[in-house]
Amino acid sequence: MRVTINGTARELPAGTTVAQAVRALTPAATGVAVALNDEVVRRSAWDSTTLGEDDRVEVLTAVQGG
Amino acid sequence: MSLTGERDTHADGTVVLDDGDPLVIGGETFGSRLIMGTGGAPSLDVLDEALAASGTELTTVAMRRLDPASRGSVLDVLRERGVRVLPNTAGCFTAGEAVLTARLAREALGTPWVKLEVISDERTLLPDPIETFDAAERLVADGFVVLPYIGDDPALARRLEQAGCAAVMPLGSPIGSGLGIRNPHSIELIVEAAGVPVILDAGIGTASDAALAMELGCDAVLLASAVTRAHRPGLMAAAMRRAVVAGRMARLAGRIPRRRYAEASSPAITPDHA
Repeated sequence: MRVTINGTARELPAGTTVAQAVRALTPAATGVAVALNDEVVRRSAWDSTTLGEDDRVEVLTAVQGG
Repeated sequence: MSLTGERDTHADGTVVLDDGDPLVIGGETFGSRLIMGTGGAPSLDVLDEALAASGTELTTVAMRRLDPASRGSVLDVLRERGVRVLPNTAGCFTAGEAVLTARLAREALGTPWVKLEVISDERTLLPDPIETFDAAERLVADGFVVLPYIGDDPALARRLEQAGCAAVMPLGSPIGSGLGIRNPHSIELIVEAAGVPVILDAGIGTASDAALAMELGCDAVLLASAVTRAHRPGLMAAAMRRAVVAGRMARLAGRIPRRRYAEASSPAITPDHA
């Protein structure tokens, strides 16, 4: 299935979870948040939330700013 | 409350206010009235030095897409310094974007505090009052401690306070411009009417700008570029720390009224032949 992660299109196996998508980007356990199609996915739901065709995933962290 | 005398001056000349004059925002107490931004620092080491010299206890960060290639995190620097993190919504143009960014920041950083920043265009980075107000109402309803960045608009400041914001953050001049406080009168009007802390945000260029903000009655100053882009960030951070304290002390001391003509400070000389 085709999923967009942080603006980049990726081909992922069906059933991939939010947790797996995040771990592919970073091993960080804290300081990271995920939006799935513009809705926050709480960390406690990462393992139980599976991605679907054409989903848009944003993985954010804090950077220098303001 | 002792704001003058020995208790306020360390042996090394560092001036600090004692516990009698804390800054309280959203029920939280801060000893420093200088809030720092982290943007613009050439490296995390330079940022760390500047934060230490500034004495800040509250510092902003932005939320951006995770870059797997990046090394080191601003969060590590803040954690080691014991500085509280204030996420912002910089880069958002609509209320919807800002609300989502605030919620992501709350999830990532575990804080309901947010510096709400909704800009109208890239050239001026001036805040959009309509989108800002919309986002503020939604975030307050969602339990956030909202600190909105706004123009120097007393009417909007009052409306945001009524909407439940924990502070208001009027600009001195555009972000990163270093133009200082272009409309001191409006800042004074905001201060006069405010029942929540007024934090002068954006436009500070040098120490006298920060002191002026405090003399006008602001409760705190937020600045980043003036320090992080200075030739010597650590030295400028130290200057800002002292400027904010000096301005606060002058505000509390009460300045003399401006006069049109001189008023002698020495006794008049009595002529011998009188």
